[in-house]
Amino acid sequence: MDMPSNSLNPPELTLGIKLQQINWGLILLLTLIASVGFAMLYSAANGSWTPWAMRQAIRFGVGLVITLGIALIDLRFLMRWSYGFYFLSLGLLGVVEIAGEIGMGAQRWIDLGVFRLQPSELMKLALVLALARYFHRQTYEEVGRIRSLFVPLVLVFAPAVLVLRQPDLGTAGMIILGGGAMFFLAGVRIWKFVTILVLGLSAIPIGWQFLHNYQKNRILTFLNPENDPLGAGYHILQSKIALGSGGLFGKGFLQGSQSHLNFLPEKQTDFIFTMLAEELGLAGAMFLILLYVLALAYGFAIALRCSSQFGRLLALGTTTTLFLYVFINIAMVMGLIPVVGVPLPLISYGGTAMLTAMIGFGLVINCYVHRDIAIGRQGFEDDD
Amino acid sequence: MRMKNPKDQDTKRAFTRRSLILGAGQLGLFGALGARLYYLQVVEADRYRTLSEENQFNLELLPPTRGLILDRNGIQVASNEDNFRVDLVPEQTGDVRATIDALRQVVQVDDWDVKRVLKEISRKRSFVPVTVVENLTREDISRVAVNAPYLPGIRIEEGRSRVYPFGSMAVNVTGYVAAVSDTELTGDPVLELPDFRIGKSGIEKLYDQEMRGSAGRRQVEVNALGRIIRKLPGDEGQPGKNIQLTLDMNLQVFAHERLERGRSERVPVADIRVQEALARSGVPKRYLENDDGTVFLDEGGNIVQGESGAAIVMDVHTGEVLTIASTPGFDPNNFNKGLSARDWENLLSNPRHPLTNKAIAGTYPPGSTFKMIVALAALEAGVISPETEVFCNGYTDLGNARFHCWKRWGHGKMDVVDALEQSCDVYFYEAAKRVGIDRISEMARRFGLGESLDIELPGERSGLIPTREWKLALRGERWQKGETLITGIGQGFVLVTPLQLAVMTARLVNGGYAVKPSLIRREESDTPIPKLNVSRSNLAHVLEGMRRVVNGTHGSARSAKIPDAGFQLGGKTGTAQVRRITKAERLTGVIKNEDLPWRERDHGLFVGYAPADAPRYTVAVVLEHGGGSKYAVPIARDILARVMESSGFKASEAEPVEILPQRKPETDQG
Repeated sequence: MDMPSNSLNPPELTLGIKLQQINWGLILLLTLIASVGFAMLYSAANGSWTPWAMRQAIRFGVGLVITLGIALIDLRFLMRWSYGFYFLSLGLLGVVEIAGEIGMGAQRWIDLGVFRLQPSELMKLALVLALARYFHRQTYEEVGRIRSLFVPLVLVFAPAVLVLRQPDLGTAGMIILGGGAMFFLAGVRIWKFVTILVLGLSAIPIGWQFLHNYQKNRILTFLNPENDPLGAGYHILQSKIALGSGGLFGKGFLQGSQSHLNFLPEKQTDFIFTMLAEELGLAGAMFLILLYVLALAYGFAIALRCSSQFGRLLALGTTTTLFLYVFINIAMVMGLIPVVGVPLPLISYGGTAMLTAMIGFGLVINCYVHRDIAIGRQGFEDDD
Repeated sequence: MRMKNPKDQDTKRAFTRRSLILGAGQLGLFGALGARLYYLQVVEADRYRTLSEENQFNLELLPPTRGLILDRNGIQVASNEDNFRVDLVPEQTGDVRATIDALRQVVQVDDWDVKRVLKEISRKRSFVPVTVVENLTREDISRVAVNAPYLPGIRIEEGRSRVYPFGSMAVNVTGYVAAVSDTELTGDPVLELPDFRIGKSGIEKLYDQEMRGSAGRRQVEVNALGRIIRKLPGDEGQPGKNIQLTLDMNLQVFAHERLERGRSERVPVADIRVQEALARSGVPKRYLENDDGTVFLDEGGNIVQGESGAAIVMDVHTGEVLTIASTPGFDPNNFNKGLSARDWENLLSNPRHPLTNKAIAGTYPPGSTFKMIVALAALEAGVISPETEVFCNGYTDLGNARFHCWKRWGHGKMDVVDALEQSCDVYFYEAAKRVGIDRISEMARRFGLGESLDIELPGERSGLIPTREWKLALRGERWQKGETLITGIGQGFVLVTPLQLAVMTARLVNGGYAVKPSLIRREESDTPIPKLNVSRSNLAHVLEGMRRVVNGTHGSARSAKIPDAGFQLGGKTGTAQVRRITKAERLTGVIKNEDLPWRERDHGLFVGYAPADAPRYTVAVVLEHGGGSKYAVPIARDILARVMESSGFKASEAEPVEILPQRKPETDQG
């Protein structure tokens, strides 16, 4: 076993250097977004720090420590343990899945005190790590071969199928979309995506039969919410009314009638964006979207600055996963896509989404801190 | 710096290219979100703002207070009272069964109500309140309120409910209200209010629109669960109009009780005789007991059912109905609370038809009460004169048929006054034979028989006065002369309602004015009552006959005479046969009514008036299968006596009416 030489494998960065390298601008941006969340949770409780806003702020504080902690871990350590994280997550997912089927009212989450961790959330990030590690080893030519796609496809579909059985259509969709983005970034040829897309579309009628009734209803209701204004379409319709009635500048902070009179369901979790748009109008909503765009732009910039393929894929894969959260949540409350129960990261009340977002940004910052560290195809050794 | 690997460069280039595509895609999708936001919040903003306000503000209908029904003295016959009820909102309840069980520890809830509530919950949306129990006392309500923490989703509501203080005593007039059925919905939103009631029969039905009033409206701010946050002022609405009846409730109650009691005695259940009778009959008490905790005992000490029939008191000059009783009745208050299917079945299948207002919708052969019409028709036609005498030997033969008088061995020589006094059938067979069916029918119609009298109640029936044309049209048969004879004693096809009998009597005794009955108190009308165009002297002879029915020595209703009352009654008895008496039975002796089953007993009728020398009030009593007129007479007498007493009548005040002829003093002879 050859010991890796210093020139190929730079020594550990000192903690001081790492702290300097941390992207404090991004941290500031995240704090800003989270603060918008605290304000909205304060309003959701009719102008009270309890029960949501205060707890959410504490969580964010704990989350920031986690973000920084993850940012400081050596990127190569993360790479070495990528598959480990993946299989740990898959194992946890399998355990809660099996426990859910056997035990009555089984938990689908693991309690960490301040946070509750759903293995399916952890999986989204673990999948990005695993795929980044897999594609890191592949040359552009190798990625072009069909047989090299076998392993990553299994990596994507194993958790997707487990999650779909829960059944959680939103998370399964995010896993597949996030995985797809990784394939795309790794250089899988475009014609393969086109083929899959065509096959996928033609498989919709078959897949329809495997959906649960409530899932079918959600999709049908999404297509025509006015059909059933007091039943399944109620949430979408009320959400659109809240959004629309907000107008350009909103009804004013704490003044959202739809939200405060409880016409809006889940106003502190999945539908918090609607409440923001009702109270602060188009101006407030666009401001929040802009903050997200900036945060994600950091992710893109960091990915492009990375010298290792692993770092690039990890940074942008994580960024894309966070993008999917934001987009799916906002599109859902506007009635652009069916209601699938995806929270708005950093804003929606709840520990799970907060933890995923904070770990995710921790990974992105980690890639920035270790941007200049080159990693060979085989990890520590450069086989070429 | 280390060397760049060329293969690494490929993947890096591909990554850079594709990350730009991905970034552009994500930016595009955010752009789509922005465009959608712009569409919702700027382009469609007005529409959604309106929807938001509609969400926030519900138009609440305030049910109008229903108009009262009052008697002529202002006593409330139908009124409204506060009604405390307990509603359940399934959405807020969680475990509905457990909550109802908890509620049952506090207030009484019938099994039947529980079943109804569970059924309603399964049908309605979970945020719509369902009424669990109604008509709770303040004590009940405070018990529920104290236990509220253990009763999630239970709400105490206050409404108004219709109350009939006289219950079954006036139900044939008031009718009742009940929940609106689907077929009665007209689009008027007030009908869709959960506790709105609509008139289903009687005055409540006929004057429903007037008594309903118009609903108030106001805006209430509500949250998504429909909970009211704030009420805004609005239109108060218009309460319904009160309806004042011509009825005198004191008389109505008296008449109803007197009619129902019949010839029996009203005895409290606690009485020893009742206990003995109950033990003898072996029938459970609840089947025999009246609502007021009494039973009816006949002379033999046996428990009997109340009489089934009708009694009407009318002012002969104005047509105002003071009393209109129909027995048995039913309690209209039960309909308001919601009647169980079994109770409804019992009402429908009761052979004594409590749901029928017998005063206007019961039709009976008038029997001998029809004889005034026959006498008047014959007198007016000139086929008999007051002096015409007919010899009654107990029967008349027509072809092969023999027509019997009620008195087996006959009355002997009779003129028209004698014949009315003693109700001689043979005389009227002869009179009818002479005058013919056409003129009898015509006279009957003039006196209000055979047609609807347009009294202010739904369901009035017109009865039947047969004519040749009617029989030909309906049966395709020619009129038989024997049928004229039978009609002459008020049997055969003739059918009248008790109300028609009262109107007929009023028209006879008021000097021949075509007075019409009315139940609604109105301003004095200036339009004169049309005359019937009958000879005053002929009328006077008929009246003299009616006076002697009560006051004559052979009068068929001598028992109705009230000694020392300061006034006299007049009237006419009637017994309507409902079965055929065969020749064989006649030979062996006609079976006594008391020995027949109820359904085969004769109807007992009496029409009367008072005072005889200046008629003011008329009464008509019909006892369904009452066993003959002798049982109707005392009822009519007691009611008339009560009417006279309550009108403060003093004999000296009565002014003789000019129509009464000067008659030679009465002689006592058959």
